[in-house]
Order: sequence, then C-alpha cells, then structure tokens
Amino acid sequence: MEKSNNTFEPVVVAFCCHYCAYTAADMAGSQRIAYPANVKIVRVPCSGKVDAIHLMKALEKGADGVYVAGCLEGDCHFNTGNIAASRKVTKVKILLDEIGIGSERIEMFLMSAGMGRRFAEVATEFTEKIRNLGPNPVKAAADKAVG
Amino acid sequence: MITAERKPMEEIVECARNFSRVLLVGCNECVTVCAAGGRKEVGLLASALRMHFMKEGKNLEIIETTLERQCDPEYIDELADSVGQVDAVLSMACGCGVQEIARRYKDKHVFPMVNTKFMGASERQGVWAERCQGCGDCVLGITGGICPIARCSKRILNGPCGGSTGGKCEISPDVDCAWQLIWDRMKSLGQEDRYEEVMGARDWRTSRDGGPRRIIREDMAL
Repeated sequence: MEKSNNTFEPVVVAFCCHYCAYTAADMAGSQRIAYPANVKIVRVPCSGKVDAIHLMKALEKGADGVYVAGCLEGDCHFNTGNIAASRKVTKVKILLDEIGIGSERIEMFLMSAGMGRRFAEVATEFTEKIRNLGPNPVKAAADKAVG
Repeated sequence: MITAERKPMEEIVECARNFSRVLLVGCNECVTVCAAGGRKEVGLLASALRMHFMKEGKNLEIIETTLERQCDPEYIDELADSVGQVDAVLSMACGCGVQEIARRYKDKHVFPMVNTKFMGASERQGVWAERCQGCGDCVLGITGGICPIARCSKRILNGPCGGSTGGKCEISPDVDCAWQLIWDRMKSLGQEDRYEEVMGARDWRTSRDGGPRRIIREDMAL
C-alpha cells in the first residue's frame, strides 16, 4: 500500500471500448509502445455501456483514477454510445466535486482502434496526472484508519 | 408520473452525519422513471455517501434496498427487519413514500433524499414538464387536452392574457402560452366555436384549497 507520495504508484482503471481503445491498447503492444502498468483495463462492448455506478465503485474500491476511452466522435459502433459515456462522465465529475473527491480523478478520452500511440500517451499522461494529485482520499483515509 | 430531483449532496450529508448505520430506500415507481430515486440512484448515492464519510475517517454503513412502491403499506412492511437494524432511514421516494415510512416506523428518523417536484410527463429523454396539478375537477375535455391549470402561469380559465406574445408566456420565452396551445389545438380539431364558450368561476375546494384530500372507495374495502 502506498504510504507517501514518494512511493505512490497510482491504480488507474480504464474502461476501454472493444471497438476502439481496447484494440488501440493491443496496437500499442504490437508496436512495442510502452504504457504504465498502473493502468488496469476493463474491456466493455461500448463506452456507452459504462454506467455512473461503475465509475463510482472503481473509486470507492480504491482506484486513484478512472477513465473511459471510447470511439472518436461519429465513429461509435452503436452510433452514440461514446456521447452517452461522455455525459455520464460529466455527471459523475459533478458528483465527485460535491463529495470532495475531485472531478479530475475521472476523465473521458476518444480514440480510434489504430491509435496505439495515442492510447499509450493517454495512459501515461493520465497516470502522471493522478500521481501528482496523490492517492484517492478515500483510500488514504482507510489506510490511515487501519494504520 | 410524480417527478423528483435528488437533493444537493451537502444537505444529504448533513442528514446522515449523526448516524453510523442507515437504510437507503429507493422506489421502483415514478422516481425510477425520472431517474431520481430508483435502484440505480440508490447505488450511486450510497457509494457517494460512503466515499464522503470514508474520506472524513468515518465508516457509514448503508443498507441499500428498493421497494416496488413506497406509497403502499404492504411494501413498507417489507422494510421491518432492515429498519430494526439502523439508526435512520433515508428515502429516495417522493414525499408520499417518505411519509408512509414515517407513519409505519414511528420511532425511526426518516429523511427525504429528493425534492418532489410535480406531476409531469416526459417531453424527451431527460426532460420532464409539469402537466397536472391534481385540481380535482378536470377540464381537459373542453380545453383540447391541454391543461390551463397546470400549464398557464396564471391558471386562468379564459385565456390568453395580455402577457402572451408569439405563443410564449411573459414569465419566460421558454414557457409556452397554454392558451395559445389550446387555441391551436381547437383550430386543428375544427372546434374554434368552443373557444368562445366562457368558463364560469371555479369551485377550488376540489383542489388544495379545500384542505388535504382523500378518496374513499367503500367497494374496495377489505
């Protein structure tokens, strides 16, 4: 468990659409483009399948950051799943601000299946952003209570 | 349906602050349809509350459940076991549900998690608008199916008033003039002559003005 920011390795959960970001992650692997091992991918049939409760539960169970990666605008396999996902992320951002967790811990990204390099960039940049933010305050408080 | 909106988190947090174990109860009816207090919203609010208090170093235990209806005693009875295990009940139903829980479980604190808004219809996905005020003496049959009580800002029975401009109400350009809608509908039905009929003064005792209302159906008594 991370006890200080010096050794803090964030846990990042990425909900990746099967038709774009998940394939982009595969593409990054094929091209030998490294991205942080902090990012734990959850494959979903469409980014629109991700519900607000999935984002909240990920944070509640200890993730330090969560993002949803869907298809580029106009490219959704199910037409508007990526737009629906963006709206849900916006809604959860507001809720996270309301409860003092901070909206910056979740994000929405768009990419195509061929964008392996973009996937790695997003994973790296988001991980660094979360590293700078520090541990999820919920997890930090729980760790402190346990001692 | 009865529409509602979740209360601000700040207010909700204050309701739960003094308790360590609460029951969060949703309702499968109207508030599920308007996405304010159904099973999904119960899960989301429970997660948000747990995180908020965990952040403060407090462990708030939340029992989550959603009833078929919170406005009927037989469903409220289902909560008996859970209510016995908690310090307070947080209800995500409309005001009727909150009051039914308070009536059944007299020694338990009950708090509303939503603000009940109005009887409305869904205009499109995510948009609900007021359609009925339950005035107790429906005039929709003579106003072309458009309610002047719920949809006219002044509730006038012989409109439109001088504040109607370009089909909109003077209170806001976003609000349709109900009497313009009524006239347009009458015209499309070929009933312009009915518009000329003047509605008489109304007996508002059938509405809230007569005090709290009840319906008693002897034929349904058990």
